Amino acid sequence: MSATLQTLEAMERPPVRMTSRLEGELLEVSMGPQHPSTHGVFRMNVALEGEIVRKLKPVFGYLHRNHEQIGEHTTYLGSMPYTDRLDYFCSMSNNWAYALSVEKLAGIELPERAQYLRVILAELTRLQNHASLLGFLLSDMGAWGTPLMYAFREREKILDLFESLSGARMMCDYMRFGGCRVDASDEWLARAKQIVDRFPKFLDEFEELILGNEIVIARTQNVGTLSADLAISAGITGPMLRACGVNYDIRKVDGYGFYPRFKFRIPLGEHGDTYDRLMMRALEMRETIEILKQALAQIQPGPIVNPKVRIRAFRPPVGEAYGRIEAPKGELGFYLISDGGPNPYRYRVRPPSFINLTVLEDMCLGHSVADVMVILGSVDIVMGEVDR
Amino acid sequence: MSEIDEKLRTELQRQGVWVTSMQELYNWGRKNSIWPLQFGLACCAIEMIATAASRYDIARFGGEVFRPSPRQADLMIVAGTVTKKMAPQIVRLYNQMADPKYVIAMGACAISGGPFKQGYNVLKGIDRYIPVDVYIPGCPPRPEALLHAFMELQRKIDEQKLTGANKAEHLKTDQPSEFPVPKFGEHDLEPAANCAVFQPPVIERT
Repeated sequence: MSATLQTLEAMERPPVRMTSRLEGELLEVSMGPQHPSTHGVFRMNVALEGEIVRKLKPVFGYLHRNHEQIGEHTTYLGSMPYTDRLDYFCSMSNNWAYALSVEKLAGIELPERAQYLRVILAELTRLQNHASLLGFLLSDMGAWGTPLMYAFREREKILDLFESLSGARMMCDYMRFGGCRVDASDEWLARAKQIVDRFPKFLDEFEELILGNEIVIARTQNVGTLSADLAISAGITGPMLRACGVNYDIRKVDGYGFYPRFKFRIPLGEHGDTYDRLMMRALEMRETIEILKQALAQIQPGPIVNPKVRIRAFRPPVGEAYGRIEAPKGELGFYLISDGGPNPYRYRVRPPSFINLTVLEDMCLGHSVADVMVILGSVDIVMGEVDR
Repeated sequence: MSEIDEKLRTELQRQGVWVTSMQELYNWGRKNSIWPLQFGLACCAIEMIATAASRYDIARFGGEVFRPSPRQADLMIVAGTVTKKMAPQIVRLYNQMADPKYVIAMGACAISGGPFKQGYNVLKGIDRYIPVDVYIPGCPPRPEALLHAFMELQRKIDEQKLTGANKAEHLKTDQPSEFPVPKFGEHDLEPAANCAVFQPPVIERT
């Protein structure tokens, strides 16, 4: 890993300059909502001068599914399956963020084994999210097929783990207030360990395949540069913020769950361009494997649910709480206001990919249309979370 | 099925002669090269990608050529929640597809609104505006379920007649191949459903 970090720093980056002969003549193009590279139903109105982007206006709402409204009209537990469908790549981390804020609201303690299971599942989610993101990003660049196939091969192995534990591949609905729904057997933990041990092999293969590739470097370096100041003032979080060199990871800052018990490093970028964002994911997967190895070695048998919690007819005391975790895409938070009733008075989601998308125009201006797709891919958006 | 006498056909096959009808040959070709529209709406789209990716490999059934343009596609997989903002675009995409065209409604949301049915912005089933050939339930359906729907569609294509009174819909000149695109009204989409393709279910209470 240190070798890749060194090359990242040592690389010379000539500035990209685009020129156009069509001075002042703007052409408006609507990209999306049906577009192969907009990761769902995202739409952008782009004003082009020749091939250069001069203005970019995102249009949202094509997947607005009334998540918050439904959350205010169902019970606290009834919202748990809906959180799976927010960011449909990472249902486990969504569950955790929601469970964490409800536990904060009601003051619920967790047994040790449940904490370990949560860390294991959230980190497995991070692995499959980052792997498939790299596949999608490469296919946005034109490498249609191969990288995505490699990434999905690994993703399927992790989804098998999720399925054998929770019964569903994608929509796991696994966490409960004060614990987890099903206990992991020893065989499951052994299988998880096996998959985690073999994952670096895939990473080596994948990094060799793409990260040194000349076309990937030409398409990503100095493309979509985001300054650290703008990133901080726009509220960017997650790998995108760390690619700008800002050392901010909620696993370290908040130390929620059992993360303070594990030894891991936070990879940081320097230039804040698309290549750094791509590298962030690759390097983060290495650190995630370290966390998983420690968690799988430390986990001990025990109860997985706090027996004091009454999940049926659950009524937290009056108050408000904001629980946040470091989801694979950034800070995912749930803000809940309770009026003592069976359903929340206010239910608000702080979606990382929506807030990370706000700087899209700043990153895209001055680049060509083909780069817009690459920049958008590197933001890592999921429309279920953006539009909710 | 074919109108050739089965006994004669087996006899000829024994002699090394392969006999088929135009209809069989035509349908055999069509059913094994269905090009889906590369078009995802929500969660189900990820399972659609998983179906096309390494483990499930829809290429085994001749459906791996996902086309980003509706003009080149035969099959629209409505994969995910259809919101009211998105519904006009879907009908427009369907209208832009060339005949013969087929629709798979993938997942609970595309069939009926699914878990989000109570939402104010969610369309309660895409079959209100366009005719659907195969429905697959699930939230989201597994890749195997999508493959099953795909095979059902292949069976359906195989049974389509080229001539006669009950020939395939797309060959009848009096049948519409385009449907009116709904518009944004004051409160809701207008019209709320296309009566030519959708009849609301009648609930009988005893």
